[in-house]
Order: sequence, then structure tokens, then C-alpha cells
Amino acid sequence: MVADANVRMAELDQILERRDRDPGDLLQILREIQELRGYIDPATVTYLASQLGIPRARIEGVAGFYSFLHLQPHGEYRVLFSDNITDRMLGNQQLLEVMCHQLWLQPGKVSEDGLVSIDMTSCTGMCDQGPAMLVNGRAITRLTLQRVQEITHLIRNRTPMADWSADFFRVEDNVRRSGPILDNKLAPGEALRIGLNIGGTAIVEEVKKSGLRGRGGAGFPTGLKWEACRNASGTIKHVVCNADEGEPGTFKDRVLLTRQADMVFEGMTLCAQAIGAQHGYLYLRGEYRYLLEPLQEVLQRRRDSNLLGKSILGQAGFDFDIEIHLGAGAYICGEESALIESLEGERGIPRNRPPFPVTHGYMQQPTAVDNVETFCSAALAIQMGADAFRAIGTEKSSGSKLISVSGDCPRPGIYEYPFGVSVREVLQDCGAVNTRAVQVSGPSGICVAEHEFHRKLGFEDLPTAGAFMVFDDSRDMFEVARNFVQFFAHESCGFCTPCRVGTSMLKQTMNKIADGHGTQHDLREVEHLDHVLQTTSHCGLGRTACNPVLHTLRHFRPAYENRLKSLDFEPGFDLDGALERARQMTGRDDAGAHLNTEEA
Amino acid sequence: MSNTFSLDGAEVPFAPGQTVMQAALTAGHYIPHLCYHPEFKPHGSCKLCTVKINGRTAASCTMPAEAGLEIESDIDELNDLRRRLVQMLFAEGNHFCPSCEKSGNCVLQALGYDLEVHAAGFRHQFPDRPVDASHPDILLDLNRCVLCELCVHASSEVDGKNVFGFSGRGITKHLIVNSESGKLADTDIALTDKAMQVCPVGVILPKRVGFSQPIGQRRYDQRPISAQALDDAPRPSTGASHD
Ligand SMILES: Cc1cc2nc3c(=O)[nH]c(=O)nc-3n(C[C@H](O)[C@H](O)[C@H](O)COP(=O)(O)O)c2cc1C
Ligand code: SF4
Ligand code: SF4
Ligand code: FES
Repeated sequence: MVADANVRMAELDQILERRDRDPGDLLQILREIQELRGYIDPATVTYLASQLGIPRARIEGVAGFYSFLHLQPHGEYRVLFSDNITDRMLGNQQLLEVMCHQLWLQPGKVSEDGLVSIDMTSCTGMCDQGPAMLVNGRAITRLTLQRVQEITHLIRNRTPMADWSADFFRVEDNVRRSGPILDNKLAPGEALRIGLNIGGTAIVEEVKKSGLRGRGGAGFPTGLKWEACRNASGTIKHVVCNADEGEPGTFKDRVLLTRQADMVFEGMTLCAQAIGAQHGYLYLRGEYRYLLEPLQEVLQRRRDSNLLGKSILGQAGFDFDIEIHLGAGAYICGEESALIESLEGERGIPRNRPPFPVTHGYMQQPTAVDNVETFCSAALAIQMGADAFRAIGTEKSSGSKLISVSGDCPRPGIYEYPFGVSVREVLQDCGAVNTRAVQVSGPSGICVAEHEFHRKLGFEDLPTAGAFMVFDDSRDMFEVARNFVQFFAHESCGFCTPCRVGTSMLKQTMNKIADGHGTQHDLREVEHLDHVLQTTSHCGLGRTACNPVLHTLRHFRPAYENRLKSLDFEPGFDLDGALERARQMTGRDDAGAHLNTEEA
Repeated sequence: MSNTFSLDGAEVPFAPGQTVMQAALTAGHYIPHLCYHPEFKPHGSCKLCTVKINGRTAASCTMPAEAGLEIESDIDELNDLRRRLVQMLFAEGNHFCPSCEKSGNCVLQALGYDLEVHAAGFRHQFPDRPVDASHPDILLDLNRCVLCELCVHASSEVDGKNVFGFSGRGITKHLIVNSESGKLADTDIALTDKAMQVCPVGVILPKRVGFSQPIGQRRYDQRPISAQALDDAPRPSTGASHD
């Protein structure tokens, strides 16, 4: 036992050693301990506090913020089913039930023998090959009843995951239509050499001239951002690549990082040259943990070719390197200032702005945060020249856009189009028929109904970060909205009152309607709630959290009204629901164990 | 002091580095607030101080003051939003004012009266939150916590201790204390700490002083919070700038 304790201590010290006992690396340290041990016990938290010289409350606070970190034992095998609406449409709930049943387990609970826990998690970015799950953080795709049974069997036999068939972990790229980014055969260093020839100022000018706008959602002109960062005072500057890709239904960054990693890093290095940065970070969402080693290999190859490190390509003073930080299950960390907090090892809470990251970012130093695809596009713009880049797409939306298509269509996957493609064209290309609606740009985006399928993707009309979820006429759009609302409630960081409380209230209202207890009054309340969230929330999450309900109400009001009671008001308290615990304890679920609230 | 902005039609002077809230209070103009405290750096979480700046809403406690801003605060639309935020805070926790030691001295309750919050508005959540009575001198009743962060800042910035922190996220965000047992008794908190004085509601309470001041004679029984807050604000003569 003593030897055991010594080994455990040595493991811990190794992790701390590798991270220089730097409290700024707290999240990475916790993630590594979680991966090693399955959870982070109280004594470890106390030890970390003493070693890192920070209060243990801070460590507990960080561990308690991220979904993939646990402060209590969570089973040797931690199974998380992806719960995007597209996973639901492919039957993830039934699969979860089967697995729970076979392992004698309730969702969210750990089995009595400590073997396994099963729960749901937010979209894991595998919508084109769902239903998907994570087992101990490893992505598994294309679940079927048979695959779930095989996995159950492996878990029951305590088979180490290293011995599981590689087929479980196979992730397809599913590129269905490629364009200048996905077809690009950029040789590592090619765009960088052009950059070195023209110099930092000219890179900024070229990117400005290309008309490139951010691909992460907000569409800010990239050249202007780089210029502001270049002009910001300070000698130490940072480049951050946002690979958090948390918006449900989006998975194009996953494919770019798999296929065009060099192009991503090339764009980051160009940015470093343009703004004068020495340090780069790729913030990779925890769900894409499996990409860590391949990406590190690419980085090493680039270091070996002098495309990273000291005096890049022989240019004295051009020193720049890139580190990868992993997230741990928190959508809010895609918001750039929350991402920076997370990079600093903190809870991912969006900062107050102004000041903005371009002047006060990582470590309060000037920082350019851009999306994965933005960096690829910037590399492309430098490689082909601003004019050629501008010639692709439309007037206000230059370049091409990767669209992540999922849902009801025979060919889900990645489609690269010049901006300006219509919703209908995408639907035709992916083979969708009888389409009722498309959710463009994820839950925080726009629900587009059939009469609007002529609308075009681009900043002029339908701005999009890339998600394109297709719903055919067999789908209940109320359930779509309810899934999105649950997502926002789960992912609210809890910092500000309107979003923390409001998203939770909205979720309850949607559940109340789903249970047949909703009234017209509830629908009116949603509009009031939306006003509070839109006008007072601290960040974009809260401000857009009511969109799914408002949009689906606008287009598909009967989907709600069919569920309403005729009464105008019904109390939120559900008498029959209150008996649920008693039913569970007595194992009863027969008619006599329910109050007939319809007739009461 | 040549710089001014307009607040509900009045010209408000500000010093460099001041936020809209700081300048307004210093100049004798009240903007409702809960998580803002004149002695601490504003962080902007409660959103009660939301105002309209050139037509766009923003939290006034964190928004840097700028010359020429046109700011609206005391208008129906904003007061209605504030009412809803107060209702949300009441619904989120367990607030039984008649039995609370803080009644009459409580900022949340005072805001409720001042903003004329007459109805519950939202479904009350009745969350299951603990009371920590482990400490011999201090009671921690988390039922009433509004997550304003003031105790966290007071403990770390003034007391140099870090007794408090937050864990969880979303609706499960909650206050934690800095000990392996999770009990207040095992922290180094003391009755004389600044953290003992800043809680706007009835969470952090000294034991055995219950109801020493009769209800009816308490802070906000005598003057509404809109008047009291101005008395508490630092005046120009006492040094107005915070950062
Ligand atoms: C709640 C929320 C989540 C976000 N998630 C992401 C994300 O996963 N990836 C991303 O690139 N941008 C995300 N953003 C946008 C970022 O804040 C930021 O605008 C973006 O990284 C800037 O890069 P760009 O200019 O290249 O688009 C998110 C924003 C919000 C408000
Ligand atoms: S809006 Fe939501 S996610 Fe954003 S800061 Fe507020 S609580 Fe956090
Ligand atoms: S205990 Fe009091 S001071 Fe601390 S966060 Fe809660 S309400 Fe604020
Ligand atoms: S007082 Fe400004 S957000 Fe709380």
C-alpha cells in the first residue's frame, strides 16, 4: 500500500514537473490527473494547492466548472452520449436506455461496483456520423444497438480501452464538396515565405484587402483585428486559434485540423509575423482529445523544418512557437474572452469588454483570437493574393465557407462553397428531401423554414459559423427547440443573473409544455424572458439563448399550440410530478400510482 | 473635470478611469445596483445596473465613462428589466424574509421595495442548499446567496485569505469555502474580516447577535436604498476614483 501511494505521488509530481508547477496551467494539470485517475480526489486538491501555491477553493472552482473534470469517483469507464438534436434523431436516447438497462444503472449515477457511469453530454462534433459518444474522453462514432452491446460487453469485462477495436474510434472526414481550402496543396512554409518577402505591414494590408471576415460567428474583419493587435502597445503578443468548436452541429474545424493542420498553423504563424507575436496557442476542445498527438506531430515537423521556433526561415528575430491547450467540456470557452480565462487556467467566464483581447488578452497582453477556418483562409489569401481571394464569394463575403451538414439527408458531411450559396442548393447537394426546416449556424443561429430556402449563406443575408442541420417533415420542431434550450441551460457559465436563471427557467417552461401543462401564458412569458436575456446578458450565449424558441414559434406555432392546455394559466407546480420520487422508491409506475391531472 | 456625460438629462462629470456607475454615484445620481460595492473593482454580474448608452444596453458599473455619452437609466423599460432580475434572484434562492436576520438590512429586499416588485414573477426554484453552522462564531446560510462575489473579493483582496470561491456553473454555480472538509470551521475566517461585512444578503452572519436591532429600525427601514446608496457613495472630497 505504501509503495502504491508512492507511485501515485510520483505520477502526480511528474505531471507537476512537466508543467513547471505553473498555476496558469491548472486546467491542463487537472485534465491530466483526470485522465490518469478518473477523478480528482480532495487530498489531491489539497496537495495541488500547496504545490502550486494557490487556494484549494480555486482548484475546486476550476474542476467544478468543466464537465469532464470530476471531484468524485465517476466510474472506471465514463460513458457520455452526445446529445445534440441530430444524435437524438438517430436514436441516442434509446441506446442510452439499453446500455443503462444492461448495466443496471441510472443515467448520471455511478454503478455500485464503481465500474461505470453513463450520462449525456453536449454535442461532441460528430453529427455527420452519429449517434456518438465519449468513453473516458475518447470519441466513438456511428453507434448502433450492436455497437452499444459490444461496448457494454467490453466494459463489463473491464477490457482496457487500448485493447478495444480501432474501428470504434474511427472518425471519417466525410468531405462531400471541396474548394480552395480543402483542395489546397500548400507546401508547408509556402505562404510564410511570401509573408517574409512582403513583411508584416503588407500582410495586414493584404488580409484587409482580401475582405476576409472571421469564420467563428461574429464575422469581424480579420485584417482590422490584426492591425489593431499590431498597433497595440506591448512587446509580448499572442496568437490564439479558437478550436473550441462547441456550437452544436458544427464539425468543420475538426476536419480542417485533421486534413489541413499545416494550413491552420501556417495562418497562425503569418498572424504572428503580422502582429509581432512570440507565442501561439491552439485551444482544442476536449471532445477532440484524439487529435492532440497527431497535431503535436505536425507542430514538431514544422519545428524541425524551421517553420516554428527561433529565427523562423532564417529571419533573425522572428521567434514563434505554438502550444496546444485542451478544453474540458465547456461551450462557453469558445467565447474569446472566456477562452483566454481558460487558457490562463481559470473558470471560463467571459470578461468585461472593453478592453478587448486585441489590447488586453492573454496575460493582459495584446492577443489575436481567430477561428481555425479564419487562419486557413488567411493563409489562402496570402498564398493566392488578395484579389484572387476576393474574386471568390460575394461582395461583402469573400472567400469560401465550410458548411457542416447533418440531420435528415443521405449525405451528411463537409461542403465547401463560395459564399452566396443558397440554402436550397446545399439541400439539393446533400440529397435532402421533404425538408421542413434548416437550422443555420447552430442553436444560437437562425431557423430557416421552407419559404426561405432561397436565402443565401453569407454576411449579407444568413451569416453562419458553419452548422447546417436539416429537419424533414417528420420532425417535431418543438422538440428541436427544446433540445437547444437544454443545451444553453447546461452551458450557461452562471456568471450573470439573466442567463444563469433565465436559461434554466426557459428549460423548465419547455419541459412544462412538453409534459402537456403549458398555456398561452407560458408562450407570452418566453417573449418577456427573451427581452431580459437579450438586453441584459453579459455575453452572446445569454443574448441568443431564446432564439430557438422564438424562431420555431414564428414558423411552427402549431407544434407548440398542439401541446397547450386550453387554460390560459397553469401553475408550474406539478402534483403528479411531485410523486415521482415516491414511485421510484416503491418501484411502481401503474395507473394507481399517478394522479390523473387531466381530470383533476 | 472637464469631461461629462449625460445621465437622464443631467450632466455628470467624471474623472479618468471611472466607470459610469462610479461617476454617477459620486455626483449624487443613483443607479440601482447589487454586486457593485464602492470599495471594490466592479465585475458586473448582477446586471441590475443596466443602462442604455447611446441606445444600447450595458452594465453601468463596468462601462468606462466617456465624454459625450447619452445615458438613460430611470426609464420604465429599464426599471421593468431590473424588476425581472430581482424576481429572478428571489426565485433562484430561498428567501424567507420574515425569518431572516438580515431583513431590513438586506440589499435584495431593499431593491425589491424600491423597484416596487410586487409579485413573484417567476416560478420559485426552492433549491436544496446547505446551511453551514460548523464555525463557532459564524453562520453560513447559502439559501440566500445571490452569487454577487463580494465576499470572494473582500476575503482575497482585503483580508488576504481566500476563504470563499465559486464552483459549478450555470444554475448549479455555488459558493464554496477554502477547506478540504468544505466546512467554514476549517477555514481561517475571523469575525473581524472584511468578508464578514460585505454580504448584501443574509448569508454570512455572526452568531448570537440575532435581531439585536429591532425590525423597523434597520438600515433600509428608515430610508429607501436609492437614498442610502448615495449616502454611502464616496464624495469628491474623500477621493472619488477607484480602479
Ligand atoms: C457563446 C459563444 C461561443 C463561441 N464559440 C466559438 C467557437 O467554438 N469557435 C469560434 O471560433 N468562435 C466562437 N465564438 C466566437 C468567438 O468569441 C470569437 O468571436 C471568434 O473566435 C473570433 O474569431 P474569428 O474572428 O476568426 O471568427 C463564440 C462566441 C460566443 C459568444
Ligand atoms: S450570458 Fe450566460 S454564459 Fe454569458 S456570462 Fe452570462 S451567464 Fe455566462
Ligand atoms: S455569500 Fe453573500 S457576499 Fe458572498 S457571493 Fe453570496 S451573496 Fe455575495
Ligand atoms: S451592479 Fe453592475 S452588474 Fe451588478
